[in-house]
Amino acid sequence: MKKEAKILLDKTKRTLNDPLKMRIAGNEIKNVLMTVFKYVILIGVSYVIIAPVIGMFVNSIKSDADAFNPMVFVLPQHPTLEKYKLAILRLDYWKTAAKSIGYTAGLTVVQLLVCSMVGYGFARFDFPFKKLLFGCVVVTIIIPSHTVMLPLYMTFRSIDPFGIGKLLTGTPGLNGTVIPMYIMTLLGCGLRSGLFIYIFNQFFRGLPKEIEEAAFVDGAGMFYTYMRIMLVNAMPAVITVTVFSIVWQFNDVFFAKLFLIPDSTAISKRIASLQGIIANEDQILSLTLQELYRDAGALLVITPVAIIYLILQKNFIEGVERSGIVG
Amino acid sequence: MNKKKTRLSLSQKRMIMGYIFILPWFIGFLLFYVRSIFMTGQFSLAKLTVNANVGGYTLEFLGFKNFVFAFREHGSFKQVLTTSVINMLVDVPLVTFFSLFMAILLNKKFPGRAFFRAVFFLPVILNSGAISAMMDLAETMMNGGISATASEVATGDTSNIAFNIDYLVNMFMNLGLPSSILGYLSSAVGRINDIIKASGVQIIIFIAALQSIPSSMYEVAKIEGATAYETFWKVTFPMVMPHIITNVVYTIVDSFTNSEVVDLAYKTAFTDHNYGVSAVFSIVSTVVTCAILVIVVTLIQKRTFYYN
Repeated sequence: MKKEAKILLDKTKRTLNDPLKMRIAGNEIKNVLMTVFKYVILIGVSYVIIAPVIGMFVNSIKSDADAFNPMVFVLPQHPTLEKYKLAILRLDYWKTAAKSIGYTAGLTVVQLLVCSMVGYGFARFDFPFKKLLFGCVVVTIIIPSHTVMLPLYMTFRSIDPFGIGKLLTGTPGLNGTVIPMYIMTLLGCGLRSGLFIYIFNQFFRGLPKEIEEAAFVDGAGMFYTYMRIMLVNAMPAVITVTVFSIVWQFNDVFFAKLFLIPDSTAISKRIASLQGIIANEDQILSLTLQELYRDAGALLVITPVAIIYLILQKNFIEGVERSGIVG
Repeated sequence: MNKKKTRLSLSQKRMIMGYIFILPWFIGFLLFYVRSIFMTGQFSLAKLTVNANVGGYTLEFLGFKNFVFAFREHGSFKQVLTTSVINMLVDVPLVTFFSLFMAILLNKKFPGRAFFRAVFFLPVILNSGAISAMMDLAETMMNGGISATASEVATGDTSNIAFNIDYLVNMFMNLGLPSSILGYLSSAVGRINDIIKASGVQIIIFIAALQSIPSSMYEVAKIEGATAYETFWKVTFPMVMPHIITNVVYTIVDSFTNSEVVDLAYKTAFTDHNYGVSAVFSIVSTVVTCAILVIVVTLIQKRTFYYN
């Protein structure tokens, strides 16, 4: 023992006397400290992000007895799935979620096609007023959508081609159906379409022109080149836009509320009334208990997008790094 | 013969194709933006009555009465507008620097990077309008609900992150820091939750920006013997400067879209059916946002360095 201690002491002495070794040791200590510091911050911030989710999850599996038991902290004593059962019933979850996902998927596909097309048009073709028009795209990103909300509501309320709206909702106008949202998206003015056009434009500009020229020489038309060659090459941008589009459409409440899209197709809207429904229909009047159901419902609503995000996550972040978000 | 005359050159063809490619957006822009902005202006100067059964609406010209009402008589508009603007001005620098800092931490390779990156984008999913709308509703029920008793409210929040900031504030006060700076800092710490939630997209943009800095620059800095601190201020910071503008713009717009002014405008229109006044709110808040955007962007742009 003594011998070992002596060796160690000698070693330390030698290090202390040698300035070069001292510097290396200092650097090592600094590196270790920096790594620790980094992980402390990352874990801390991650905790702040994840804590509400954990809290919601814990709440959602609590039984009634646990909710009122002050001894219960984090881990419930009698975990139960009954909160989920009722939330699923009252949200009409499977049907609503399926409809919601269908609606989101439809809009995402349309948005992807239209925005990539417009982005490609701006990136690869030269025409008069191009700069001015692209400036207008940037303006659509910047103008908050509430500036135009009233006219949009009034417009879609007033037009009713072939009485479709009346047929579907009983009131004149297209509000109350999903048609306004599809029209807006189809015309490149959907939810944050401007941003997506911008992303696609930046990405297409970064692709080498030779690919297109080769396609052109081989006799491909311009539209064919865009569909079969450029869009395929723009996969990182496509994935980025897909993730953003799905997440934002699925979570959107603003347009859903504005166009009075029925609760049965917009789960994001439906969740807002869950607590009230459970309070009224099931006569659960205790707010503490209502909150448990609310948390279960919220988790149910997040689940589909969370799954999609987890699947696309790796591609997504790589895609962001390579896609044209950065000019 | 005739065919030959009308034949277009390739560049002309491409010009027309270009217009065809952007046509859908252009129609939408005219219909939904240009027309809508014009209509909002019209609404703000008139009294709008919705025709209940036929569809459509009638306008009755009022002049500037709605504006006068909004600024002179409306109970909360001015106050809500100022708080929204102040919140935004407080948030923007915090969000920008927080997200830059986080992007730098997440940019380098280290064990667990994929996990942390996935976590940092979670707020974009969680911070959805759906969930926050639900929380808002729950809050109003909590405050105004008949069944709410004090004890029930008190036991309700186990998931809240409570942090007593008074202790820290007192400590720094004793050190003699000016109270205005202290107030800002303490509010920043108190809002850390909001700041983290608001910076998901910005972190992603900054990570992408950091990835696009050529590594040769860092090599040069290393060979010349620059410290990490110098490297940050002389290489990293100038190179991400253009993206700071992007992020500041994004943060300002995002913060305004989620602000109370929007809620107020929405409520005035669809709950109180006071469409004209709602249009005034929209216009005023948009003008304020645009003014702030222009000022901030020009201020930053002066100091921006463009690599290309």
